Amino acid sequence: MTNGATAKDVYLSIENLWKAFGDFLALKDISLDIIDGEFVCFLGPSGCGKTTLLRAIAGLDLQTRGTVTQGGKDISNLPPSERDFGIVFQSYALFPNLTIEKNVAFGLENTGRSKSEIKTRVADLLELVGLPDQGSKYPAQLSGGQQQRIALARAIATHPGLLLLDEPLSALDAKVRVHLRHEIKELQRKLSVTTVMVTHDQEEALALADRIVVMKDGRIVQVGTPTEIYREPANLFVADFIGEMNQIPATSAGPNALNIGGATMTCRTHGFQENAPLVAAIRPEDIIPLGDGDAATETTENAFAVSMHEMEFLGSFWRCRLASERFADRELIADFSINAVRRLEITKGGTLNIELPASRLMAFAQDGE
Amino acid sequence: MTDVDIDRLPDGPRIKPKLSRDDVLMRSGMAIIAVYLVVTLALPLYAMLSKSFSTYRFDLTQYELQASDENGAFNDQVFTAAQLNDKLQKFSDLDLSTAADGRLAPSKFFPDFSFRSPVNYRIRNVSEGGRLLVGSTLKTTTDWLELDSNTFRRVQLRPVESTGLDNFKRYFSTPALFNSIKNSLFIALVSTVVTVSLAFWFAYALNRSCMRFKGVFRLVAMAPILVPSLLPGIALVYLFGNQGMIKELLFGASIYGPIGILIGSVFFTFPHAFLIISTALAISDARLYEAATSLRATPWRTFWTVTIPGARYGLISSAIVVFNLVITDFGLPKVIGGQYNVLALDIYKHVIGQQNFQMGAVVSVVLLIPAVFAFAIDRYVQSKQVAQLSARSVAYQPKPNPKADRISLLYCALVGIFIVGILAVCQLAALVKFWPYDMSLSLNNYQFEKMDGGGWGAYYNSIKLGLATAVVGTSVVFFGAYLVEKTTGFRTGRAIFQMFAMLPMAVPGMVLGLAYIFFFNNPSNPFNAIYGTMAILVICSVTHFYTVSHLTAVTALKQMDKEFESVSASLKQPTMKLFARVTVPVSLPAILDISIYLFVNAMTTVSAVVFLASPKTSLASVAVLNMDDAGDIAPAAAMGMMIFYTNAFARIIHLVASKGILKRTQAWKG
Ligand SMILES: Nc1ncnc2c1ncn2[C@@H]1O[C@H](COP(=O)(O)OP(=O)(O)OP(=O)(O)O)[C@@H](O)[C@H]1O
Ligand SMILES: [Mg+2]
Repeated sequence: MTNGATAKDVYLSIENLWKAFGDFLALKDISLDIIDGEFVCFLGPSGCGKTTLLRAIAGLDLQTRGTVTQGGKDISNLPPSERDFGIVFQSYALFPNLTIEKNVAFGLENTGRSKSEIKTRVADLLELVGLPDQGSKYPAQLSGGQQQRIALARAIATHPGLLLLDEPLSALDAKVRVHLRHEIKELQRKLSVTTVMVTHDQEEALALADRIVVMKDGRIVQVGTPTEIYREPANLFVADFIGEMNQIPATSAGPNALNIGGATMTCRTHGFQENAPLVAAIRPEDIIPLGDGDAATETTENAFAVSMHEMEFLGSFWRCRLASERFADRELIADFSINAVRRLEITKGGTLNIELPASRLMAFAQDGE
Repeated sequence: MTDVDIDRLPDGPRIKPKLSRDDVLMRSGMAIIAVYLVVTLALPLYAMLSKSFSTYRFDLTQYELQASDENGAFNDQVFTAAQLNDKLQKFSDLDLSTAADGRLAPSKFFPDFSFRSPVNYRIRNVSEGGRLLVGSTLKTTTDWLELDSNTFRRVQLRPVESTGLDNFKRYFSTPALFNSIKNSLFIALVSTVVTVSLAFWFAYALNRSCMRFKGVFRLVAMAPILVPSLLPGIALVYLFGNQGMIKELLFGASIYGPIGILIGSVFFTFPHAFLIISTALAISDARLYEAATSLRATPWRTFWTVTIPGARYGLISSAIVVFNLVITDFGLPKVIGGQYNVLALDIYKHVIGQQNFQMGAVVSVVLLIPAVFAFAIDRYVQSKQVAQLSARSVAYQPKPNPKADRISLLYCALVGIFIVGILAVCQLAALVKFWPYDMSLSLNNYQFEKMDGGGWGAYYNSIKLGLATAVVGTSVVFFGAYLVEKTTGFRTGRAIFQMFAMLPMAVPGMVLGLAYIFFFNNPSNPFNAIYGTMAILVICSVTHFYTVSHLTAVTALKQMDKEFESVSASLKQPTMKLFARVTVPVSLPAILDISIYLFVNAMTTVSAVVFLASPKTSLASVAVLNMDDAGDIAPAAAMGMMIFYTNAFARIIHLVASKGILKRTQAWKG
């Protein structure tokens, strides 16, 4: 691939898409470009319109307004059979009365391939998804995870340009899910097929996606790489939906300052007017423990004393609940490394000083927008 | 915030979907089946309805008359027939409405008319195209006809056709009618109460006790479905008729009348009620019983607070079905009703007896009313029951209780004896030479060739009809259900189709049959050619039994993953390939159920086909009726039992086939 204009690399382009079910608007003015070979996750709470958007891309439920362009071709009103995609559903939708081989071969028939070609291709695909000798079984004889792989093999059998996955892992138990998610990623990389996956599991999205599209109430709230979404949430909704986030009522005290419980703290630059009511937010792992009576407290920005209410050992770190008169009844959650806890001799019931680093302390409008 | 108002869909044209070849195919398929339903259901019903409103009246203002004196000299006094009638008050308004072939002699307007008198008469039509018969020649012009009294005697006025309520007025002014309505309602209500109670306890015993022989009783309970509804009537004649085996048991009361109709109705509606109630009892939730036990509720209290509420939709539903079956049945009243008239029999008499099709249509419309009502209630109840079903419930497991189990067994045995007894009497009657005088056995009664009704040919015709109905019906119904379930978009079209598929259930068989006469026996109808052939019988049967088959197919299709079509389309495979390779094989059990349902019903139905079977296409079920009518009761019983054995045989084949399929599907299920 050359370093040409990015527009050239856009494989799937969605412009001003709307979907109405009667009076209800399930998608509102959605615009999105997906790059060739990219793995994109649609992430959002139940009912936000992820499936609706995916089905519009597939042509299974046509949008009410707006255009979809795939590989430079306007496919807005084409039926599914005239589009180029493979799809995997949460239910797998394997044909119960056909063997695994026949399921995978279903899309290869009537395509000008000879019987032996089909046979080879099916064998290759089963090999690819790690089930080389299950071909003669029926779907019901396989485990959920295996069935999902067969569904995947069937979807990619015809080399579609676009792979669509609607919550493909949500019917599986946690362990299989994590395992299969790696395999999907692996496969996608190997085939470098442009992939769109719907999920409401943020962990899954963070682990798999090149880019995440966060949705809410039929709108896109933020598009970005997993780290961008995590580190730079566009608003309180995204901040709250992805990962953990402490939220503290505050007011604006200048372009990069906040007033929390009477004390002024420096934070990331924001555009709110003085005294506007805000929410200060910081992730648990961003809170820095300074220990008891640390001399640096005086000179460190955003440092203050708290009492340790509760400590829970979670294997690789300590989850701590901190209290301070600054946040009234509210507790602050902080994740401290085992190392720091040992070094600073932090114990339950004691007091310590903490720092909310200015570069990690964010300010959001209250309503989540 | 932005330049778009995010809560309002911007103006502009909707995206118009480009239809794929499959979309076009499926929509056309649906349209074809919809047209089929229109032609075989909507249009005939419309024809019947318009027939019931089409009236024939003598329009007396359209004729002018003059009478001469004794010498044959006319004065210039001209009267219209209407004026004469006014003066004489001869015919009331009602008398003037008549049937299509009505005739009225104008000589009646001259009280001192005598065909020997020398008086001459003049008559003419007031306007061109009049309806005036002299002998058998129709005069349509306005020219005066001068006739001697002997010729004038042979003048007849013909009615003109118009649309109106006259038929209904005339119908509702017949005193016999209210008697029929009263009788019909009485029989239907009492049968409903008796059948539903009997069936409830039968189903209750089978579902809630640990008695033995449950499988046998289930089979016995379903046996009446395999015979025409009028067969129990024949058995009752042998048991309680004038020469009945045990007529003393009636203490002098006559079996010919309400008692006979009642007992026969209970017999033939029992399986329908049993099936519905049994399902309702089977799905009720065991956890409720556990709760009741833990609350130390007495069995009596548990019964009224748990069992009955749980089964209430089943009870209502079965009551409606039984009521509907009885009120629309005419076979039993015909065979054993004696002088006891009911609505359904009125239609039959009007049409077959008097060839008065308008009146037949009128009674049909009247009979449609309770049927449509029942249908509406049933749909409502069914939707409620589905909601009840979808709640996750645990099946009830009865615990042994020797005393209750023995009572259950005794009760079921009594009901079983009643059912088997009726069939056994029919079989015995068929085999006995000449009841009750020569009780030796012979096969004489099977020499159907010697009786009216169509002979063995009728039997073979019935099998042909059953097979053709099963094959054609299953194909049409299943394909139609598939199209309506799996077509995307096209909402209005699908809703209309669904409505059409539900309609046949609301139409009593005889009404449908009569509607077919009006529609297909019309020379100007392009489908007229099928009248009197096997084709019309097949079509009529398929349409008559469409709804239940359609619902069975829809239920099976709904259980299939709804994304199969999406997957197939994404793989660019034709939907019909998916249909053939996946949908049909997976739905085979339901397809078999539909086939056997159609076969058995086509074999036993009388009401839907009685008006349509021609001498060439006589049918076994109709032959039972006709032979009985002709007094050949034993051969009628023999033919009825032939239907029974054929259906039983078909059921066995169905059972074997289902077992085979089950075995195969077990392979997929691992
Ligand atoms: N056929 C339909 N008719 C009416 N409303 C619909 C229809 N399909 C979806 N909706 C509505 O559109 C909204 C978005 O639905 P969608 O299935 O896209 O949600 P989702 O984000 O996939 O949620 P989930 O995580 O629960 O699958 C929901 O409020 C849903 O109720
Ligand atoms: Mg969804």
